[in-house]
Amino acid sequence: MPMHAIHKILAEKSGKQEVKAGEIVNAKVDIAGINDIYLTVLISYDDMGGGKVWDPEKIVFFFDHNAPSPTIKGASNQKVMSEFAREQGIKKIFKINEGICHSVLSESGLVKPGDIIIITDSHTTTLGAFGAFATGVGSTDLAVIMMTGELWFRVPEVINVKLEGTLKDGVMAKDIALHMLGELGTEFATYKVIEYSDSVVEKLSIDERMVLCNMSVEMGAKSTYIRPNSKTIEYVKSRSHAPFIVHETDPDFIYDKEYIFNLDNLLPQVSIPDSVDNARNIEEVEGISIDQVFIGSCTGGKLTDLEAAANILKGKKIAESVRLVVTPSSKEVLTKAIERGYYQTFLDAGAAITTPGCGACFGGHSGLIAAGEKCATTSNRNFPGRMGSIEAGVYLVSPITAAYTAITGKLNNPQYK
Amino acid sequence: MTKYIGKVWRVGDDIDTDLIIAARYLNDASEEFLKMHCLEDVIPDFIGKIQKGDILVAGKNFGCGSSREHAPVAIKAAGISCVIAQSFARIFYRNAINIGLPIVTASEAVWGISTGDNVEVDVNQGYIYNVTTGEEYETETFPPFIQEIIKAGNLLNYVKGRVKFND
Repeated sequence: MPMHAIHKILAEKSGKQEVKAGEIVNAKVDIAGINDIYLTVLISYDDMGGGKVWDPEKIVFFFDHNAPSPTIKGASNQKVMSEFAREQGIKKIFKINEGICHSVLSESGLVKPGDIIIITDSHTTTLGAFGAFATGVGSTDLAVIMMTGELWFRVPEVINVKLEGTLKDGVMAKDIALHMLGELGTEFATYKVIEYSDSVVEKLSIDERMVLCNMSVEMGAKSTYIRPNSKTIEYVKSRSHAPFIVHETDPDFIYDKEYIFNLDNLLPQVSIPDSVDNARNIEEVEGISIDQVFIGSCTGGKLTDLEAAANILKGKKIAESVRLVVTPSSKEVLTKAIERGYYQTFLDAGAAITTPGCGACFGGHSGLIAAGEKCATTSNRNFPGRMGSIEAGVYLVSPITAAYTAITGKLNNPQYK
Repeated sequence: MTKYIGKVWRVGDDIDTDLIIAARYLNDASEEFLKMHCLEDVIPDFIGKIQKGDILVAGKNFGCGSSREHAPVAIKAAGISCVIAQSFARIFYRNAINIGLPIVTASEAVWGISTGDNVEVDVNQGYIYNVTTGEEYETETFPPFIQEIIKAGNLLNYVKGRVKFND
Protein backbone atom coordinates (compact mmCIF):
# COMPACT_ATOMS: atom_id res chain seq x y z
CA MET A 1 0.00 0.00 0.00
CA PRO A 2 1.40 3.43 -0.90
CA MET A 3 2.54 5.30 2.21
CA HIS A 4 3.35 8.88 3.12
CA ALA A 5 6.81 9.68 4.51
CA ILE A 6 5.18 10.35 7.90
CA HIS A 7 3.61 6.89 7.80
CA LYS A 8 7.01 5.36 6.99
CA ILE A 9 8.47 7.08 10.05
CA LEU A 10 5.69 5.71 12.25
CA ALA A 11 6.05 2.25 10.69
CA GLU A 12 9.81 2.15 11.22
CA LYS A 13 9.56 3.35 14.80
CA SER A 14 6.86 0.85 15.66
CA GLY A 15 8.62 -2.08 14.02
CA LYS A 16 6.10 -2.56 11.21
CA GLN A 17 6.38 -2.97 7.45
CA GLU A 18 3.46 -0.67 6.85
CA VAL A 19 0.85 1.34 8.72
CA LYS A 20 -2.35 2.95 7.53
CA ALA A 21 -4.35 5.95 8.68
CA GLY A 22 -6.65 5.17 11.60
CA GLU A 23 -4.51 2.35 12.95
CA ILE A 24 -3.09 2.70 16.48
CA VAL A 25 0.64 2.04 16.86
CA ASN A 26 3.09 2.11 19.73
CA ALA A 27 6.13 3.99 18.44
CA LYS A 28 9.63 4.57 19.81
CA VAL A 29 10.39 8.20 20.54
CA ASP A 30 13.74 9.83 19.65
CA ILE A 31 13.49 12.93 21.83
CA ALA A 32 11.07 13.58 24.72
CA GLY A 33 11.06 17.19 25.94
CA ILE A 34 9.63 18.68 29.12
CA ASN A 35 8.97 22.40 29.59
CA ASP A 36 9.38 24.11 32.95
CA ILE A 37 5.66 24.70 33.51
CA TYR A 38 5.03 20.94 33.46
CA LEU A 39 6.11 19.78 36.88
CA THR A 40 3.03 17.58 36.50
CA VAL A 41 5.18 15.29 34.28
CA LEU A 42 7.36 14.40 37.25
CA ILE A 43 4.32 13.99 39.50
CA SER A 44 2.75 11.59 36.97
CA TYR A 45 6.07 9.76 36.63
CA ASP A 46 6.23 9.32 40.37
CA ASP A 47 2.59 8.12 40.46
CA MET A 48 3.50 5.43 37.93
CA GLY A 49 6.18 4.09 40.23
CA GLY A 50 9.15 6.30 39.31
CA GLY A 51 12.55 4.66 39.13
CA LYS A 52 15.14 5.10 36.43
CA VAL A 53 14.09 6.77 33.19
CA TRP A 54 14.23 4.75 29.97
CA ASP A 55 17.13 6.69 28.42
CA PRO A 56 18.62 9.85 29.97
CA GLU A 57 20.22 10.76 26.62
CA LYS A 58 16.83 11.13 24.97
CA ILE A 59 15.12 13.24 27.61
CA VAL A 60 15.45 17.02 27.46
CA PHE A 61 14.36 19.76 29.85
CA PHE A 62 13.57 23.28 28.63
CA PHE A 63 13.45 26.16 31.11
CA ASP A 64 11.79 28.44 28.59
CA HIS A 65 8.37 29.51 29.86
CA ASN A 66 9.71 31.06 33.05
CA ALA A 67 13.01 32.43 31.80
CA PRO A 68 14.11 33.85 34.15
CA SER A 69 11.40 32.91 36.62
CA PRO A 70 9.00 35.74 37.51
CA THR A 71 7.54 33.82 40.48
CA ILE A 72 8.78 31.76 43.42
CA LYS A 73 6.63 28.81 42.30
CA GLY A 74 8.24 28.91 38.85
CA ALA A 75 11.70 28.94 40.41
CA SER A 76 10.77 26.02 42.68
CA ASN A 77 9.57 23.98 39.71
CA GLN A 78 12.88 24.55 37.90
CA LYS A 79 14.73 23.58 41.07
CA VAL A 80 12.83 20.29 41.38
CA MET A 81 13.39 19.53 37.70
CA SER A 82 17.13 20.27 37.97
CA GLU A 83 17.40 17.89 40.92
CA PHE A 84 15.47 15.20 39.08
CA ALA A 85 17.71 15.58 36.02
CA ARG A 86 20.84 15.31 38.17
CA GLU A 87 19.61 12.15 39.92
CA GLN A 88 18.62 10.57 36.61
CA GLY A 89 21.79 11.52 34.72
CA ILE A 90 19.84 13.69 32.27
CA LYS A 91 22.38 16.13 30.89
CA LYS A 92 20.35 17.99 28.29
CA ILE A 93 18.89 20.85 30.27
CA PHE A 94 18.38 24.03 28.33
CA LYS A 95 18.43 26.57 31.14
CA ILE A 96 16.86 30.03 31.42
CA ASN A 97 19.49 31.60 29.15
CA GLU A 98 18.90 29.30 26.14
CA GLY A 99 15.49 30.10 24.70
CA ILE A 100 12.34 28.45 23.41
CA CYS A 101 12.29 24.65 23.02
CA HIS A 102 11.55 24.49 19.28
CA SER A 103 14.31 26.93 18.41
CA VAL A 104 16.97 25.50 20.70
CA LEU A 105 16.24 21.89 19.81
CA SER A 106 16.69 22.46 16.08
CA GLU A 107 19.69 24.77 16.58
CA SER A 108 21.45 22.19 18.73
CA GLY A 109 21.20 19.48 16.09
CA LEU A 110 18.70 17.33 17.96
CA VAL A 111 16.07 17.42 15.19
CA LYS A 112 16.64 15.27 12.11
CA PRO A 113 14.43 14.08 9.28
CA GLY A 114 12.76 10.80 10.24
CA ASP A 115 12.85 11.44 14.01
CA ILE A 116 9.88 11.25 16.36
CA ILE A 117 9.97 14.25 18.68
CA ILE A 118 7.48 14.72 21.48
CA ILE A 119 7.42 17.79 23.75
CA THR A 120 4.93 19.06 26.32
CA ASP A 121 4.24 22.07 24.12
CA SER A 122 1.50 22.33 21.54
CA HIS A 123 3.71 24.19 19.05
CA THR A 124 5.97 21.15 18.64
CA THR A 125 4.36 20.84 15.18
CA THR A 126 7.05 23.43 14.25
CA LEU A 127 9.62 20.66 13.82
CA GLY A 128 7.79 19.06 10.91
CA ALA A 129 9.69 21.73 8.96
CA PHE A 130 12.69 19.36 9.21
CA GLY A 131 10.84 16.27 8.02
CA ALA A 132 10.40 14.88 11.54
CA PHE A 133 7.19 13.58 13.09
CA ALA A 134 6.80 16.05 15.91
CA THR A 135 3.83 16.73 18.16
CA GLY A 136 2.83 18.11 21.54
CA VAL A 137 1.38 16.06 24.39
CA GLY A 138 0.35 16.52 28.02
CA SER A 139 2.09 15.43 31.18
CA THR A 140 0.84 11.87 31.43
CA ASP A 141 1.84 10.99 27.88
CA LEU A 142 5.30 12.44 28.45
CA ALA A 143 5.67 10.52 31.73
CA VAL A 144 4.82 7.31 29.87
CA ILE A 145 7.58 8.02 27.33
CA MET A 146 10.05 8.75 30.14
CA MET A 147 9.32 5.32 31.55
CA THR A 148 8.91 3.19 28.42
CA GLY A 149 10.47 5.12 25.53
CA GLU A 150 7.27 4.65 23.55
CA LEU A 151 3.86 6.22 23.09
CA TRP A 152 0.65 5.25 21.34
CA PHE A 153 -0.38 7.19 18.25
CA ARG A 154 -3.33 6.98 15.96
CA VAL A 155 -1.75 6.99 12.49
CA PRO A 156 -2.95 10.30 11.05
CA GLU A 157 -4.39 11.13 7.64
CA VAL A 158 -2.32 13.62 5.63
CA ILE A 159 -3.60 16.84 4.06
CA ASN A 160 -1.53 18.36 1.26
CA VAL A 161 -1.46 22.17 1.17
CA LYS A 162 0.10 23.44 -2.05
CA LEU A 163 1.36 27.00 -1.93
CA GLU A 164 1.84 28.44 -5.42
CA GLY A 165 2.68 31.83 -6.86
CA THR A 166 4.98 34.63 -5.76
CA LEU A 167 4.68 36.55 -2.50
CA LYS A 168 4.38 40.32 -2.70
CA ASP A 169 6.91 42.46 -0.85
CA GLY A 170 5.98 42.81 2.79
CA VAL A 171 4.21 39.43 2.89
CA MET A 172 5.67 36.67 5.07
CA ALA A 173 4.97 33.04 6.01
CA LYS A 174 2.93 34.35 8.96
CA ASP A 175 0.54 36.02 6.52
CA ILE A 176 0.15 32.72 4.64
CA ALA A 177 -0.72 30.92 7.87
CA LEU A 178 -3.23 33.57 8.97
CA HIS A 179 -4.80 33.55 5.50
CA MET A 180 -5.15 29.75 5.64
CA LEU A 181 -6.78 30.04 9.06
CA GLY A 182 -9.20 32.63 7.69
CA GLU A 183 -10.11 30.38 4.76
CA LEU A 184 -10.13 26.97 6.42
CA GLY A 185 -10.75 27.64 10.13
CA THR A 186 -9.32 26.30 13.35
CA GLU A 187 -10.14 22.62 13.08
CA PHE A 188 -9.89 21.52 9.46
CA ALA A 189 -6.75 19.52 10.26
CA THR A 190 -7.72 18.11 13.67
CA TYR A 191 -5.99 14.73 14.27
CA LYS A 192 -4.29 15.05 10.86
CA VAL A 193 -0.89 15.96 9.40
CA ILE A 194 -0.53 19.02 7.17
CA GLU A 195 2.12 18.74 4.48
CA TYR A 196 3.24 22.00 2.85
CA SER A 197 4.49 21.71 -0.71
CA ASP A 198 5.03 23.45 -4.01
CA SER A 199 7.04 26.42 -5.24
CA VAL A 200 6.48 28.91 -2.39
CA VAL A 201 7.53 26.34 0.21
CA GLU A 202 10.63 25.37 -1.77
CA LYS A 203 11.75 28.99 -1.75
CA LEU A 204 11.01 29.75 1.90
CA SER A 205 13.89 29.86 4.38
CA ILE A 206 14.04 27.29 7.20
CA ASP A 207 12.82 29.97 9.66
CA GLU A 208 9.81 30.78 7.48
CA ARG A 209 8.95 27.11 6.98
CA MET A 210 8.97 26.78 10.75
CA VAL A 211 6.31 29.51 10.92
CA LEU A 212 3.92 27.54 8.69
CA CYS A 213 4.47 24.37 10.70
CA ASN A 214 4.21 26.26 13.99
CA MET A 215 0.85 27.86 13.17
CA SER A 216 -0.53 24.53 11.94
CA VAL A 217 -1.46 23.53 15.48
CA GLU A 218 -3.91 26.47 15.39
CA MET A 219 -5.55 24.65 12.46
CA GLY A 220 -5.91 21.57 14.65
CA ALA A 221 -2.97 19.65 13.13
CA LYS A 222 -1.35 16.78 14.99
CA SER A 223 1.89 17.25 13.10
CA THR A 224 3.26 18.76 9.91
CA TYR A 225 5.60 17.75 7.15
CA ILE A 226 7.82 19.57 4.69
CA ARG A 227 9.82 17.27 2.43
CA PRO A 228 13.47 17.86 3.30
CA ASN A 229 15.29 19.54 0.42
CA SER A 230 18.91 20.66 0.10
CA LYS A 231 18.31 23.59 2.51
CA THR A 232 17.01 21.23 5.19
CA ILE A 233 19.82 18.70 4.74
CA GLU A 234 22.44 21.44 4.82
CA TYR A 235 20.93 22.92 8.01
CA VAL A 236 20.79 19.57 9.78
CA LYS A 237 24.27 18.44 8.70
CA SER A 238 25.80 21.72 9.84
CA ARG A 239 24.53 20.99 13.34
CA SER A 240 24.56 17.22 13.74
CA HIS A 241 26.87 14.39 12.73
CA ALA A 242 24.30 11.73 13.53
CA PRO A 243 23.02 9.69 10.58
CA PHE A 244 19.42 10.07 9.44
CA ILE A 245 17.06 8.69 6.83
CA VAL A 246 14.87 10.79 4.57
CA HIS A 247 11.77 8.75 3.83
CA GLU A 248 10.07 9.53 0.53
CA THR A 249 6.30 9.62 0.10
CA ASP A 250 5.21 6.99 -2.42
CA PRO A 251 4.17 8.63 -5.71
CA ASP A 252 0.71 7.05 -5.67
CA PHE A 253 -0.03 7.94 -2.05
CA ILE A 254 -3.56 9.27 -1.69
CA TYR A 255 -3.91 12.40 0.44
CA ASP A 256 -6.94 12.85 2.67
CA LYS A 257 -7.46 16.27 1.11
CA GLU A 258 -5.60 18.70 -1.09
CA TYR A 259 -5.81 22.50 -0.93
CA ILE A 260 -4.17 24.80 -3.46
CA PHE A 261 -3.48 28.43 -2.58
CA ASN A 262 -2.21 30.82 -5.22
CA LEU A 263 -0.49 33.55 -3.23
CA ASP A 264 0.21 36.11 -5.99
CA ASN A 265 -2.33 38.54 -4.57
CA LEU A 266 -2.04 37.76 -0.87
CA LEU A 267 -1.94 40.93 1.25
CA PRO A 268 -0.49 41.17 4.76
CA GLN A 269 -2.95 39.57 7.17
CA VAL A 270 -4.13 40.48 10.67
CA SER A 271 -6.10 38.09 12.88
CA ILE A 272 -8.28 40.24 15.09
CA PRO A 273 -9.52 39.30 18.59
CA ASP A 274 -10.50 36.75 19.85
CA SER A 275 -9.81 33.94 17.45
CA VAL A 276 -6.84 33.00 15.27
CA ASP A 277 -9.11 32.51 12.26
CA ASN A 278 -10.51 36.08 12.35
CA ALA A 279 -8.11 36.95 9.54
CA ARG A 280 -8.46 40.27 7.70
CA ASN A 281 -6.54 41.92 4.88
CA ILE A 282 -4.42 44.73 6.30
CA GLU A 283 -6.55 47.25 4.38
CA GLU A 284 -9.62 46.35 6.46
CA VAL A 285 -7.97 47.04 9.81
CA GLU A 286 -5.40 49.70 8.92
CA GLY A 287 -5.36 52.54 11.41
CA ILE A 288 -6.51 50.67 14.53
CA SER A 289 -4.55 52.13 17.47
CA ILE A 290 -2.18 49.73 19.21
CA ASP A 291 -0.74 50.08 22.74
CA GLN A 292 1.94 47.38 22.61
CA VAL A 293 3.83 45.64 19.83
CA PHE A 294 5.40 42.28 20.68
CA ILE A 295 8.07 40.77 18.42
CA GLY A 296 8.90 37.36 19.81
CA SER A 297 7.86 33.73 20.47
CA CYS A 298 8.61 30.47 18.64
CA THR A 299 6.47 31.83 15.80
CA GLY A 300 7.90 35.32 15.38
CA GLY A 301 11.11 35.73 17.39
CA LYS A 302 13.58 33.94 15.11
CA LEU A 303 16.49 35.58 13.29
CA THR A 304 14.48 36.09 10.07
CA ASP A 305 11.73 37.78 12.11
CA LEU A 306 14.12 40.11 13.95
CA GLU A 307 15.89 40.88 10.70
CA ALA A 308 12.63 41.81 8.97
CA ALA A 309 11.65 44.10 11.85
CA ALA A 310 15.11 45.67 12.23
CA ASN A 311 15.27 46.53 8.51
CA ILE A 312 12.14 48.63 8.94
CA LEU A 313 13.00 50.12 12.34
CA LYS A 314 16.55 51.16 11.39
CA GLY A 315 16.98 54.85 12.08
CA LYS A 316 13.32 55.18 13.18
CA LYS A 317 11.64 55.80 16.52
CA ILE A 318 8.53 54.03 17.74
CA ALA A 319 5.42 56.15 18.31
CA GLU A 320 5.06 57.94 21.62
CA SER A 321 1.78 56.10 22.26
CA VAL A 322 3.19 52.59 21.83
CA ARG A 323 5.61 50.30 23.64
CA LEU A 324 7.67 47.70 21.81
CA VAL A 325 8.82 44.46 23.44
CA VAL A 326 11.35 42.30 21.60
CA THR A 327 12.05 38.76 22.79
CA PRO A 328 14.47 36.67 20.71
CA SER A 329 13.52 33.01 20.44
CA SER A 330 16.95 31.73 21.48
CA LYS A 331 20.48 32.55 22.60
CA GLU A 332 21.73 31.87 19.08
CA VAL A 333 19.24 34.36 17.65
CA LEU A 334 20.21 36.88 20.34
CA THR A 335 23.92 36.50 19.57
CA LYS A 336 23.48 36.88 15.82
CA ALA A 337 21.08 39.81 16.25
CA ILE A 338 23.72 41.61 18.31
CA GLU A 339 26.43 40.82 15.75
CA ARG A 340 24.31 42.19 12.96
CA GLY A 341 23.38 45.36 14.81
CA TYR A 342 19.67 44.61 15.19
CA TYR A 343 19.83 45.10 18.96
CA GLN A 344 21.20 48.62 18.55
CA THR A 345 18.45 49.36 16.04
CA PHE A 346 15.76 48.14 18.46
CA LEU A 347 17.26 50.03 21.40
CA ASP A 348 17.58 53.25 19.39
CA ALA A 349 13.98 52.88 18.23
CA GLY A 350 12.81 52.65 21.84
CA ALA A 351 12.26 48.91 22.33
CA ALA A 352 12.47 46.95 25.56
CA ILE A 353 14.44 43.75 24.93
CA THR A 354 13.96 40.67 27.11
CA THR A 355 15.66 37.32 27.76
CA PRO A 356 14.97 34.62 25.12
CA GLY A 357 11.90 32.60 26.09
CA CYS A 358 8.12 32.25 25.90
CA GLY A 359 7.38 35.27 28.17
CA ALA A 360 4.57 37.47 26.95
CA CYS A 361 3.28 35.11 24.24
CA PHE A 362 1.62 32.77 26.73
CA GLY A 363 0.67 35.56 29.14
CA GLY A 364 3.33 34.52 31.60
CA HIS A 365 5.45 37.63 32.12
CA SER A 366 7.71 40.20 30.41
CA GLY A 367 5.12 42.20 28.53
CA LEU A 368 1.56 41.55 29.68
CA ILE A 369 -1.23 43.90 28.61
CA ALA A 370 -3.81 45.81 30.62
CA ALA A 371 -7.61 45.82 30.35
CA GLY A 372 -8.72 47.87 27.36
CA GLU A 373 -5.32 47.68 25.66
CA LYS A 374 -4.55 46.34 22.20
CA CYS A 375 -1.41 44.39 21.32
CA ALA A 376 -0.10 43.63 17.82
CA THR A 377 2.04 40.53 18.09
CA THR A 378 4.15 38.20 15.96
CA SER A 379 3.18 35.32 18.28
CA ASN A 380 0.56 32.68 17.66
CA ARG A 381 -2.62 33.03 19.71
CA ASN A 382 -5.14 35.80 20.35
CA PHE A 383 -7.54 33.99 22.66
CA PRO A 384 -9.24 36.11 25.35
CA GLY A 385 -6.74 36.75 28.13
CA ARG A 386 -3.90 35.08 26.25
CA MET A 387 -1.38 37.91 26.77
CA GLY A 388 -2.71 39.43 29.97
CA SER A 389 -6.09 40.95 30.81
CA ILE A 390 -9.18 39.13 29.59
CA GLU A 391 -10.40 42.58 28.52
CA ALA A 392 -7.42 43.23 26.24
CA GLY A 393 -7.34 42.59 22.49
CA VAL A 394 -4.60 40.67 20.68
CA TYR A 395 -3.93 41.16 16.94
CA LEU A 396 -1.77 38.54 15.21
CA VAL A 397 0.57 39.96 12.58
CA SER A 398 3.85 39.29 10.75
CA PRO A 399 7.14 40.83 11.95
CA ILE A 400 7.03 43.34 9.07
CA THR A 401 3.53 44.52 10.01
CA ALA A 402 4.59 44.60 13.68
CA ALA A 403 7.53 46.91 12.91
CA TYR A 404 5.49 49.37 10.82
CA THR A 405 2.80 49.34 13.52
CA ALA A 406 5.36 50.20 16.19
CA ILE A 407 6.49 53.25 14.21
CA THR A 408 3.03 54.77 13.72
CA GLY A 409 1.21 53.26 16.71
CA LYS A 410 -1.47 52.07 14.31
CA LEU A 411 -1.89 48.80 12.40
CA ASN A 412 -0.27 49.17 8.98
CA ASN A 413 2.12 47.65 6.47
CA PRO A 414 2.63 49.75 3.35
CA GLN A 415 5.31 47.51 1.85
CA TYR A 416 3.03 45.45 -0.43
CA LYS A 417 1.63 48.53 -2.18
CA MET B 1 -18.48 3.46 35.26
CA THR B 2 -19.54 4.58 31.83
CA LYS B 3 -22.90 6.22 32.60
CA TYR B 4 -23.25 9.78 33.91
CA ILE B 5 -26.35 11.73 34.94
CA GLY B 6 -26.17 15.40 35.77
CA LYS B 7 -27.19 19.00 35.28
CA VAL B 8 -25.79 20.76 32.23
CA TRP B 9 -23.51 23.79 31.90
CA ARG B 10 -23.54 24.90 28.28
CA VAL B 11 -20.57 26.78 26.75
CA GLY B 12 -19.80 27.87 23.17
CA ASP B 13 -17.33 27.04 20.38
CA ASP B 14 -13.52 27.24 20.61
CA ILE B 15 -13.27 27.18 24.40
CA ASP B 16 -9.47 27.22 24.57
CA THR B 17 -7.16 25.99 27.29
CA ASP B 18 -6.44 29.56 28.45
CA LEU B 19 -10.16 29.96 29.16
CA ILE B 20 -10.31 26.59 30.92
CA ILE B 21 -7.29 27.38 33.11
CA ALA B 22 -5.26 30.53 32.45
CA ALA B 23 -1.47 30.42 32.05
CA ARG B 24 -0.96 32.42 35.25
CA TYR B 25 -2.15 29.39 37.25
CA LEU B 26 0.07 26.76 35.63
CA ASN B 27 2.90 26.88 38.11
CA ASP B 28 0.69 25.24 40.72
CA ALA B 29 -0.01 21.63 39.86
CA SER B 30 -2.42 20.86 42.73
CA GLU B 31 -5.98 19.85 41.83
CA GLU B 32 -7.39 21.83 44.76
CA PHE B 33 -5.83 25.02 43.39
CA LEU B 34 -6.59 24.42 39.71
CA LYS B 35 -10.28 23.69 40.27
CA MET B 36 -10.78 27.07 41.97
CA HIS B 37 -9.94 28.82 38.67
CA CYS B 38 -11.58 26.40 36.25
CA LEU B 39 -13.47 28.23 33.46
CA GLU B 40 -13.60 31.36 35.63
CA ASP B 41 -13.31 33.67 32.62
CA VAL B 42 -16.24 31.93 30.88
CA ILE B 43 -18.65 31.42 33.78
CA PRO B 44 -17.72 33.71 36.70
CA ASP B 45 -17.49 31.77 39.98
CA PHE B 46 -17.95 28.48 38.11
CA ILE B 47 -16.58 26.50 41.05
CA GLY B 48 -19.06 28.16 43.43
CA LYS B 49 -22.00 27.42 41.16
CA ILE B 50 -21.54 23.82 40.04
CA GLN B 51 -22.42 20.63 41.86
CA LYS B 52 -20.46 17.42 41.77
CA GLY B 53 -21.54 15.31 38.82
CA ASP B 54 -22.65 18.21 36.60
CA ILE B 55 -22.02 17.83 32.87
CA LEU B 56 -20.27 20.34 30.60
CA VAL B 57 -21.63 20.70 27.07
CA ALA B 58 -19.57 22.60 24.50
CA GLY B 59 -19.56 23.46 20.80
CA LYS B 60 -16.77 22.75 18.36
CA ASN B 61 -13.02 22.57 18.99
CA PHE B 62 -13.25 22.33 22.78
CA GLY B 63 -9.84 22.55 24.47
CA CYS B 64 -7.93 24.07 21.56
CA GLY B 65 -4.60 25.75 22.26
CA SER B 66 -1.96 24.69 24.73
CA SER B 67 -0.88 21.17 25.64
CA ARG B 68 -1.55 21.84 29.34
CA GLU B 69 -2.98 18.77 31.05
CA HIS B 70 -3.98 21.21 33.79
CA ALA B 71 -7.09 21.88 31.67
CA PRO B 72 -8.84 18.50 31.91
CA VAL B 73 -7.43 18.10 35.44
CA ALA B 74 -9.11 21.37 36.51
CA ILE B 75 -12.44 20.31 34.97
CA LYS B 76 -12.34 16.90 36.60
CA ALA B 77 -11.27 18.30 39.97
CA ALA B 78 -14.10 20.85 39.83
CA GLY B 79 -16.51 17.92 39.87
CA ILE B 80 -17.62 17.74 36.24
CA SER B 81 -18.49 14.12 35.52
CA CYS B 82 -18.37 14.24 31.73
CA VAL B 83 -17.74 16.67 28.86
CA ILE B 84 -19.89 16.52 25.71
CA ALA B 85 -18.72 18.52 22.69
CA GLN B 86 -19.34 18.82 19.00
CA SER B 87 -15.59 18.26 18.60
CA PHE B 88 -12.43 18.26 20.70
CA ALA B 89 -8.96 19.61 19.92
CA ARG B 90 -6.43 16.81 19.63
CA ILE B 91 -4.20 17.31 22.66
CA PHE B 92 -7.15 17.98 24.97
CA TYR B 93 -8.77 14.76 23.71
CA ARG B 94 -5.66 12.72 24.58
CA ASN B 95 -5.12 14.46 27.89
CA ALA B 96 -8.74 13.92 28.98
CA ILE B 97 -8.58 10.21 28.23
CA ASN B 98 -5.17 9.92 29.85
CA ILE B 99 -6.33 11.43 33.15
CA GLY B 100 -9.71 9.70 33.15
CA LEU B 101 -12.05 12.61 32.36
CA PRO B 102 -14.90 11.10 30.33
CA ILE B 103 -15.50 12.93 27.05
CA VAL B 104 -18.11 12.38 24.36
CA THR B 105 -18.20 13.65 20.79
CA ALA B 106 -21.77 14.25 19.58
CA SER B 107 -22.41 16.99 17.07
CA GLU B 108 -26.19 16.84 16.84
CA ALA B 109 -26.81 16.52 20.56
CA VAL B 110 -24.91 19.66 21.42
CA TRP B 111 -27.43 21.90 19.66
CA GLY B 112 -30.41 20.64 21.60
CA ILE B 113 -28.99 20.84 25.11
CA SER B 114 -29.23 23.97 27.31
CA THR B 115 -27.81 25.03 30.65
CA GLY B 116 -29.92 23.53 33.42
CA ASP B 117 -31.14 20.50 31.44
CA ASN B 118 -30.69 17.13 33.07
CA VAL B 119 -28.97 14.64 30.80
CA GLU B 120 -27.92 11.03 30.93
CA VAL B 121 -24.80 9.99 29.01
CA ASP B 122 -23.54 6.49 28.34
CA VAL B 123 -20.01 6.63 26.96
CA ASN B 124 -19.79 2.95 26.02
CA GLN B 125 -23.31 2.45 24.71
CA GLY B 126 -22.97 5.68 22.74
CA TYR B 127 -26.09 7.64 23.60
CA ILE B 128 -27.18 10.87 25.32
CA TYR B 129 -30.70 11.15 26.77
CA ASN B 130 -31.91 14.64 27.58
CA VAL B 131 -34.21 13.96 30.56
CA THR B 132 -35.57 17.53 30.48
CA THR B 133 -36.63 17.57 26.83
CA GLY B 134 -37.08 13.84 26.25
CA GLU B 135 -34.71 13.83 23.25
CA GLU B 136 -32.19 11.08 22.66
CA TYR B 137 -29.05 11.22 20.51
CA GLU B 138 -26.40 8.80 19.33
CA THR B 139 -22.76 9.58 20.05
CA GLU B 140 -19.40 8.34 18.81
CA THR B 141 -17.88 5.47 20.75
CA PHE B 142 -14.18 4.92 21.44
CA PRO B 143 -11.92 2.51 19.55
CA PRO B 144 -11.09 -0.65 21.56
CA PHE B 145 -7.59 0.55 22.54
CA ILE B 146 -8.94 3.73 24.12
CA GLN B 147 -11.70 1.76 25.83
CA GLU B 148 -8.94 -0.25 27.53
CA ILE B 149 -7.41 2.96 28.95
CA ILE B 150 -10.83 4.12 30.09
CA LYS B 151 -11.44 0.75 31.73
CA ALA B 152 -8.15 1.07 33.63
CA GLY B 153 -9.28 4.51 34.89
CA ASN B 154 -6.43 6.43 33.28
CA LEU B 155 -3.25 5.95 31.27
CA LEU B 156 -1.06 5.66 34.37
CA ASN B 157 -3.02 2.66 35.63
CA TYR B 158 -3.06 1.19 32.15
CA VAL B 159 0.72 1.49 31.80
CA LYS B 160 1.32 0.28 35.36
CA GLY B 161 -0.54 -2.87 34.41
CA ARG B 162 1.76 -3.42 31.43
CA VAL B 163 5.34 -2.32 32.08
CA LYS B 164 8.03 -3.97 34.08
CA PHE B 165 9.65 -1.29 36.14
CA ASN B 166 13.19 -0.32 35.27
CA ASP B 167 14.70 -0.95 38.68
